[in-house]
Amino acid sequence: MSPALLKLEGVQTCYGPIEALKGISLEVKEGEIVALIGANGAGKSTALMTISGVLAPRRGRIDFLGENITGLPAHEIVGRGISQVPEGRRIFPRLTVLENLEMGAFLRRDRRVIEADRAAVFEQFPILKERSSQLGGTLSGGEQQMLAIGRAMMARPRLLLLDEPSLGLAPIVVSRIFEIIRTINRFGKTILLVEQNARAALTLAHRGYVMETGRIVMADEARALLSNPRVREAYLGEG
Amino acid sequence: MDLNLKFLPLTGLSVWIGLLVLPFVGFRQAALIAAAILFGGLLWSAAIRISRSARRSPRIRMLLDETERFIRTLVARRPAARHPVFLFGIVTGLLIIGPLGMNNYMIDVLTLAGIYIVLALGLNIVVGMAGLLDLGYISFYAIGAYSYALLSTRLGISFWAALPLGGLAAAAFGVVLGVITLRLRGDYLAIVTLGFIQIVHLVLNNWDRVTNGPNGILNIGRPAIGPFVFSQPIHFYYLILAIVSLTILAVNRLSRSRIGRAWIAIREDEVAAQAMGVDTTRLKILAFALGAFWAGIAGVFFAGKFAFVSPESFTFFESVIVLSMVVLGGMGSIPGVVLGALIVVILPEVLREFAGYRMLVFGAALVLMMVFRPQGLIGNPRWRIELRPPGEDLKTQGRSSVNGGADV
Repeated sequence: MSPALLKLEGVQTCYGPIEALKGISLEVKEGEIVALIGANGAGKSTALMTISGVLAPRRGRIDFLGENITGLPAHEIVGRGISQVPEGRRIFPRLTVLENLEMGAFLRRDRRVIEADRAAVFEQFPILKERSSQLGGTLSGGEQQMLAIGRAMMARPRLLLLDEPSLGLAPIVVSRIFEIIRTINRFGKTILLVEQNARAALTLAHRGYVMETGRIVMADEARALLSNPRVREAYLGEG
Repeated sequence: MDLNLKFLPLTGLSVWIGLLVLPFVGFRQAALIAAAILFGGLLWSAAIRISRSARRSPRIRMLLDETERFIRTLVARRPAARHPVFLFGIVTGLLIIGPLGMNNYMIDVLTLAGIYIVLALGLNIVVGMAGLLDLGYISFYAIGAYSYALLSTRLGISFWAALPLGGLAAAAFGVVLGVITLRLRGDYLAIVTLGFIQIVHLVLNNWDRVTNGPNGILNIGRPAIGPFVFSQPIHFYYLILAIVSLTILAVNRLSRSRIGRAWIAIREDEVAAQAMGVDTTRLKILAFALGAFWAGIAGVFFAGKFAFVSPESFTFFESVIVLSMVVLGGMGSIPGVVLGALIVVILPEVLREFAGYRMLVFGAALVLMMVFRPQGLIGNPRWRIELRPPGEDLKTQGRSSVNGGADV
């Protein structure tokens, strides 16, 4: 087994007096897709935002590539190789598709490699190339999600955080997006995925964590979680 | 039905203006004015409709295409690069030679316009580029002006040394305001900046020992180069022309830089900008500081030109005027902001014939502008899209969830 790329230990994050993460521990290994599933309000997004540095944990420790990154500001964490596809996509609506992608590479100075990466994104998402001079806000929901993923890839991350990529998209578009995520992973990107759509997420992932009210209540191989009766009942609408 | 809805704003506007002028001119004239506006508006929209349908007809389309091609060949005959240089030369020449034939009053108006161009370009950094609504911008103008007033009267420091110092002093206060307001956005930010200008105004009015209170500071040294002292309006005109040119160069460079791009990203979506690795804290403070810097420069010039400063010149109202220049011209667009400043300064002067009505006419012009051209005179293309009604040309899917709270 490869060593952990990202490791959270007893991470507690609060919004004022409200404890949103009650000490969670998890691991993401190089090359994996890890799914973090749970109901609305379980703390999944808080966990992602704590990893990406938007929120600072009150207690606990976050290690990335063997270094302590707990409490670093968001822009430094991006610089270290964690990039995020935020919930609701959050592309820049009045920048063109091309400019959106350029913003993804904001911290990079290696102009030539950036151009190669942009070509790679266009190869993966031909629709984005077609629309490269269009404003981001004019894209459809699915295209915006592709742009958000492409933009995050432009930072050349070691770890990609995806927050609810299926949110607000039609089922057929969702399966398209998940196919894309699988492809990105095959090319060697490590992915931590937060999803309410538990079935899709666990089908895609190697391993999964289940969150309930700020705690991780289950951790297992994704396949095992899919057949776990408790998961089936609570998150897959069966049983 | 369609017609009624379409002309509703126009009808409303004419009635509103009619009511506005009613107390001044009496019922008959008010009704006449309202009718004139309504009629003019209808005529205008009819003209637009006719020209639109004309363009659709193939024969006229062909004619237009021919004309366009003809113009293109005319333009293409010049080397591509020479064209803007040529235009630039003409404008520069006019700006330098033009005022020589003007009287002092006109030159003073132009000089004042120059001050406001610098102010508006500075505010454009904060409001137009970074998207931070700052209503207290004039306080930095005041800080620049008082910096020079004090440096000159107490320490005898020359105008040229004070110019950067005043800018830096204002920038330092910009950093202070930026740090205080870091966590605030939109309306809340506007209110805090409003408080800031009130504080500055109160300090200037009441700290008698330093600012001499409402009486202001007199006998501020005028700029001088060796034995030559700036004294005539035309001298100050050339000085502000140089400052304006410098400001435009600097601001233009800034808007095309990485910093400019990062500001736009913050304005568009702060959380997303952060996710891209933009240090939003540092960049917001930088926007306040750089915006304030130009206000400080304008302030030093103001003090040098009038040799007198008092708190009266730096009120909230002035802030609003500068903001209206930015909005009128087109937020985020440098040529737009320059034009906006020129119009807001020069139009009321031109309207002096209307005596008591001039501010009314000016106000009505502003209202009309905002109704018919909300993106500003020379709008930034990015803004134009946002100001269109939702759904028109722009699919807004995926945007609706953006402002919702995060999943906790």
